[in-house]
Amino acid sequence: MTRFLIRRLLLSIPVLIGIVFVVFALARIIPGDPCVAALGERANPKTCAEYSRAHGLDKAIVPGFFRVDGKIELRVADIPATLTANQFVDYVGSVVKGDFGTSSKFGLPVTDLLLQRLPATVELALYALLFAIVVGIPLGIISAYRRNSIVDVGTMMFANLGVSTPVFVLGLVLAYLFAITFKDTPLALPPSGRLAAGVAVIPLAKVWGLEGLGGPLRLILDFASNIYTFNAIVTFNFSLLADTFRHMILPALALGTIPLAIIARMTRSSLLDELGLDYIRTARAKGLRDRNVVMRHGFRNALLPVVTVIGLQLGGLFGGAVLTETVFNLAGVGRAVTEAIASRDYAVIQGFTLVIAVGFVIVNLIVDISYAYLDPRVRLA
Amino acid sequence: MTATAPPIPEAVAGQLVGEGRTSLWRDTLGNILRQRNAVVGLTILTFFVLVAIFADQVATHDPIAVLLGQEEGAKKLAGPCIHALGCPAAQPEHYFGIDQNVRDVFSRVVHGTRISLQIGFLTVGFAIVIGTLIGAVSGYAGGKVDNTLMRLMDVILAFPALLLAIAIVTVLGTTLLNAQLAIGIVAIPIYARIMRASVLSIKERDYVTASQALGESGGGILFRRILPNALTPLIVQGTLGIAGAVIDVAALSFLGLGAQPPTAEWGSMIGQARNSMFAAPHLVIFPGVALALTVLAFNLLGDGLRDALDPRLNR
Repeated sequence: MTRFLIRRLLLSIPVLIGIVFVVFALARIIPGDPCVAALGERANPKTCAEYSRAHGLDKAIVPGFFRVDGKIELRVADIPATLTANQFVDYVGSVVKGDFGTSSKFGLPVTDLLLQRLPATVELALYALLFAIVVGIPLGIISAYRRNSIVDVGTMMFANLGVSTPVFVLGLVLAYLFAITFKDTPLALPPSGRLAAGVAVIPLAKVWGLEGLGGPLRLILDFASNIYTFNAIVTFNFSLLADTFRHMILPALALGTIPLAIIARMTRSSLLDELGLDYIRTARAKGLRDRNVVMRHGFRNALLPVVTVIGLQLGGLFGGAVLTETVFNLAGVGRAVTEAIASRDYAVIQGFTLVIAVGFVIVNLIVDISYAYLDPRVRLA
Repeated sequence: MTATAPPIPEAVAGQLVGEGRTSLWRDTLGNILRQRNAVVGLTILTFFVLVAIFADQVATHDPIAVLLGQEEGAKKLAGPCIHALGCPAAQPEHYFGIDQNVRDVFSRVVHGTRISLQIGFLTVGFAIVIGTLIGAVSGYAGGKVDNTLMRLMDVILAFPALLLAIAIVTVLGTTLLNAQLAIGIVAIPIYARIMRASVLSIKERDYVTASQALGESGGGILFRRILPNALTPLIVQGTLGIAGAVIDVAALSFLGLGAQPPTAEWGSMIGQARNSMFAAPHLVIFPGVALALTVLAFNLLGDGLRDALDPRLNR
């Protein structure tokens, strides 16, 4: 197990370096002069030279490659001199320190913006994933157990429709249905925002009298505090909990439907494979109750591919969050990205892309490791 | 001792050979048509392809013409009006209603079919061509080349697809073509991996060695011996990939990063209508349903093709 862990960790290092390089390269091939983009009307040769020097833009981009008057130029003779003195090294250095530059639209460091916005996205993703798992797995089990029944055919039709409906279409239709069609009925649900007007969230630091706390602990506390569900549960604030939950239902339905459909399909086919095997017949022949045969024997072994599929959904969940947050006006990471696009705020787009991609690699790492933990064959391979 | 088998009559022999020649394709087609999913998908798809081809004839109006002042009674955000279904004759007929810029939604949805199908085929076509090329080189060359190319593919796969596409489009500029390019780039690793796996499993086979011994060139072996064997997974994945590409490009257009107004593209139409949604749901529902049905058709066809073409799944 230790050897597997080390090998898996080492394998993700080149991928992480690659991710940083791709994001860095995307930033450097943006057409147009970065100085003009940053300074606007104040840009002239003199201010631009100063700006370039201040931001290290006069250095080589990667060894030997320079940007001269908006064009990329290769100077072979300069390669040895610029092996370490280049923008990529600088970029990696600042990224390692957690510095992603400053957002031009929001006027604060990208890292701070990320910490403000990430809790909403994490909350949304967790609700969506929970919904997908809690509904998807039982649907898959019933479909496999009652193969070709009405439930099975219905579930599979629903699953096909589910994976084919774009998140933003489903989100808008749900918003219309629950906010307009069901208006003034008990089914009415809010179509935008995280909280109703007048519902206040008290930061955990204040509740627990820890306002003097600083450093990374404070960051973590503020982060957790902004996950409203978590905040509401630990402070026993049930009105906040109810309101957060009501606001999360529609976005979670919209974002969770595609993973739900995929999880249901995977559970069904994986369980069907298992139920056809000899040991299931043995279990039945022993006279075990049907429910025990399916749940204790079949489902346990069918779970592994389902876990993999759940892990694979996380990337799509982040992409879908951009759309869901736009549709439902949630102040999360995705909404920040779309706002940043509108105002050409490259620092935010790149910083967020980098952080989310790295987060995605880490999540995949955890999925892989838990997979190896569940199945000895994976470790030994 | 020489045993003489009764000679096969020439007519029968010809028939046998002839049947042998056509039965592969006939079997495949039969297998595909036996899949309910594939048939449903193919039917929906045929419908959309016909709509796309005859868009000019099917559409009742110019998809980008503003009807304000041109047509009596044309009102902004007016709902669907079909005379045969009891809409007053005094009101102008618009099957899917009128949008926020006083354009005919039906004609826009119809023309959107053409754009979305083009998007799907072009985007995936691009990804397949580049992907198979990378995969073939990688599998064929092996060693360092293989390692470098595959790590690069790993890096692309490490990003959530839509997010990387957004980052690429912001760099390239927001046009429909760039959105397609971005979605295409993000999809390359899938096809590269499929092709590489096929090359690796086939390049050591005896018949490949035989054609090498007969002096066939590297390219010949690749295109005549290896590619046909990789075709099945490529076709299946490509069909499913079209579904994904159509959704993703529509998503970029929805965010304002793909097709720009006044282009009649479904994602962009939905994005433009977002703020008038509560007053005029038909602006989202009709392009939304068209989009979902198109994607459904490719998904069903892809699933059906996989079941029909993958011998391992054939009972």
